Amino acid sequence: MKIDRRSFLALVGGGAVGTALSPLSIKLMDDISIWSQTFRGLPIEVPVPPEGAASYHPSVCTLCPGGCGISVRKIDDRAVKIEGGADYPVNNGGICALGLSGLQLLYGPWRVEKPRKKENGAWKTISWDQALAEIAGKLETLRKNGKAHTIAGIARTDAGTVPALLKRFLTACGSQQFFTMPAIDASFQMAIEKMRGKAAAMGFDFENSSFVLSLSSGLLDGWGSPVRMIAAHSQWRNTGARLVQVEPRLSNTAAKADQWIAINPGTEATLALGLAHIIVRDGLYDRAVAQNSASFEDMQALLKSDYTPAKVAKATGIGEPAIEELAKNFAMAANPVAVCGRGSGREPAALNEVMAVLALNALVGSINRRGGLYTSSPLDYINWEEPVLDDIAARGLEKSAIGSLHTMVETVNKAADSPIQALFVAEANPAYTLHDEKTVKSAFDKIPLVVSLSSYQDETAALADYVLPLQNYLERYQDVPVTGGLKTPVVGLAQPVNNARKDSLHPGDVILQLAGKMEGTVAGAFKWRDYKDCLKATFGDDWRTISEKGYLRKSPFGASMDTERLSSRIDFGPLVNGRGKVPEIDGNKNNYPLTLVGYDSMRIAAEWIGTPPFSVKTVSDNVIKDSDVFVDINPATAGTYGFKAGQYAVLETPVGKARVRINLSDGIIPGIVAMPKGMGHTAYDGYIAKKGVNTNALIGPMEDAASGLDTAWGIGAQLKHV
Amino acid sequence: MKHNQGKKKPHKFGMVIDLDKCTGCGSCMVACMSENNVSFRKDESDKQKSITWMKVFKLTNGKQFPDTEICYLPRPCMHCEGDHGHSPCVSVCPATATDYDHSTGIVSQIYTRCFGCRYCMAACPYHARYFNWWDPVWPEGMKESLNPNVSPRMRGVVEKCSFCFHRYQLAMEKLYLEGRDELREDEYQTACTQACPAGAITFGDLNNTKHAVYQLAQPDNKHGGKPKNPNAFRILERLGTNPKVYYFSSRKWVRNAADNDIKNTKDA
Repeated sequence: MKIDRRSFLALVGGGAVGTALSPLSIKLMDDISIWSQTFRGLPIEVPVPPEGAASYHPSVCTLCPGGCGISVRKIDDRAVKIEGGADYPVNNGGICALGLSGLQLLYGPWRVEKPRKKENGAWKTISWDQALAEIAGKLETLRKNGKAHTIAGIARTDAGTVPALLKRFLTACGSQQFFTMPAIDASFQMAIEKMRGKAAAMGFDFENSSFVLSLSSGLLDGWGSPVRMIAAHSQWRNTGARLVQVEPRLSNTAAKADQWIAINPGTEATLALGLAHIIVRDGLYDRAVAQNSASFEDMQALLKSDYTPAKVAKATGIGEPAIEELAKNFAMAANPVAVCGRGSGREPAALNEVMAVLALNALVGSINRRGGLYTSSPLDYINWEEPVLDDIAARGLEKSAIGSLHTMVETVNKAADSPIQALFVAEANPAYTLHDEKTVKSAFDKIPLVVSLSSYQDETAALADYVLPLQNYLERYQDVPVTGGLKTPVVGLAQPVNNARKDSLHPGDVILQLAGKMEGTVAGAFKWRDYKDCLKATFGDDWRTISEKGYLRKSPFGASMDTERLSSRIDFGPLVNGRGKVPEIDGNKNNYPLTLVGYDSMRIAAEWIGTPPFSVKTVSDNVIKDSDVFVDINPATAGTYGFKAGQYAVLETPVGKARVRINLSDGIIPGIVAMPKGMGHTAYDGYIAKKGVNTNALIGPMEDAASGLDTAWGIGAQLKHV
Repeated sequence: MKHNQGKKKPHKFGMVIDLDKCTGCGSCMVACMSENNVSFRKDESDKQKSITWMKVFKLTNGKQFPDTEICYLPRPCMHCEGDHGHSPCVSVCPATATDYDHSTGIVSQIYTRCFGCRYCMAACPYHARYFNWWDPVWPEGMKESLNPNVSPRMRGVVEKCSFCFHRYQLAMEKLYLEGRDELREDEYQTACTQACPAGAITFGDLNNTKHAVYQLAQPDNKHGGKPKNPNAFRILERLGTNPKVYYFSSRKWVRNAADNDIKNTKDA
């Protein structure tokens, strides 16, 4: 048969019509769509959250020292949402990203389920009875061998009943080794004690300030009580108050400020005194304050000799005219206030720096004045009877305390036989948050008994010999004292909004039960049935108020405080003696020409808690990409060292080195390498860990001679090509 | 016409975000995720595939140190009205999975109708829509915190901000039960508005002259909702998408950047 044009067309046409009429095309389309929908396996069944009765439960958030009120929405027994507590005095309905992610900490797989013990390097689940009996037995042995003073404890803070119970337990055992994580509150209290004779907390009446001078304080990056600060900023926008941010980096605070002044890092105290120089020189200071204060002439002399605008300009990198203008604007403002505390303002600051800022506030009459800096005695509601001590305890307490945590780490590392034989860590994560984390790890390895009281499997729990699972903050009662820069301190009451997990205990109950397993006076020091009983007894008549209202707030002043000018008096002596000098960072300039600083962000939790997945999601891809962290450098710095955006580099400091990527930022002073704090967790799991590098692995402690506190804020660094 | 039925004037819910107050803290993003059962994965650093109904963008003025400035800009779904409800995404959806509700002004997304063609994502000039590239998997125990008022989404569908429509439904149910007529301003607020520590987000009915959103944005409803407040603006105004999210900034470069064409935008 001959295939001519006509039959060819008929064949093709017929075929086409036939195919179109057949189910083939439909079948193929169906197959393709099924394939496209299942090429990664069959879709899973999407969960249908069960319905139920909705209710709201008030409590207080304890994820940071801010102490915001929260309201937890529940559907039957499930907590489904955390919202800000309306009308709560600290946050008034607002809430931060970390607080909103709290349920992920409650329900996440990173909770410690049961008491665990490390045996030959492997974890073994044990019962509470066994865990507490074994620990109590080891403590008894230490006490009998005259080593009572080697029992130590670490708490996040020394405020509130839970740290107080731990401290009491140590005292009853016969040890003074109670440590708190380094905090700026200590610097503030010490500065006020030196200059005003009586220790007090430092509070700020930001809501009524008209000019806020922030010396590298990340007022909107987590400083103080973060939600309150953000609300105060909104108020400044309404009232026209001015915010001037002096900081090496264009942080969120600097971005929102009316003026950003880039300063060489570590020279904030110098600037404060330089401003004081101009204020005194031009007679812009408050005469009454000067008359009532001690050593004003010495102060004048110091300012005149050491802090001339020319010298200050050279040190800080800020031009003289800008310094002059800033000083005048500050002094002439109706209600100015100067504030310090780098970044989130949690870590201690050099004593002379805090005193310089206190002096600057004093000179313009802003101490205990509307819109200024307030000194207030912390709320003092824990008045327990002193425990009765046995001979062992009395002898143990004669041995002196080591003091601060970084000294303890250093001492343990140096000693042949560790001066700490048993260590309790209560809801703190020193293995992650202390500077130079590897020395912390080696110290912990040398301590024969490390007990971690924790809700989460964090870095410290990983190093411990025993891990005791705690109720999460949403599952328990606790008093939450908030200073955090508030003008009027508040004590909130956290209340259980969710049923506690099986096998978890309240940290207070852990201490009470452990004491109960010990002999004689240690057990006798704790007369309460359980923690709730202790809490009720502590508040006494105030329990009704706090459990109904959710908080207690006591103004430490009478109503007439604003007019009492004498309260502004100050002794400049201690500042003059120290000549305003602050410690210098580690690393010699030849080997380490750059300066590494850690920075804080509202989206990353940099303290004891890991950043929950929701918060991690908000972190930009030029901060974390895959598992790499980006460091910010000025394009000029990048030019000097030959780096391009996105390139890998090795960041080396005297303490350690890490692989990082380069992010070019115009919002940073040249010569600085800025790295986000709070990344690089190794514990938890892939949702939280394995992202970037922990800044504490690169920055070592820097002791401030004046206060003995670790005031490291940075370190010498260099960037090398990979 | 369908959408003119009923006696009462329809609602037109919208938002005003004060960029002078926004500090970029990220609360709105997390409040949204937690309220709306947004899924999450171990690595969320690929931002094109990371689902964030509410996303805070960081704008810079492009100037060199030390004249650099930063502004944060939260971006929910704009719930564009377009021309009489012809939003860019609604116009292209072949499945009617997304629709413009004339009684509320909310652009809906019906997950069970969506078959994942992603035309809407291509059409949306605000990148407000997200595709579920993966099965949503919650780690052990975490399903407990899912909100029953919002259905979790399956792999292969598009999702986006709904202005917390379930909160509107709950408020309307309450209204009905109590036999009232008018929704109070505070009865229906989105999760992001409620959480914002700065109070930078205001939400309400743009058709109601008593609502704060109306007073802040002063929308000219006869002329495509253009704001009369000189410091108020919308993103990509010139596209005519008629979005219902207004922004407010006292900085000129920010307002200019909103038209996404700094070089060619003349000073207003």
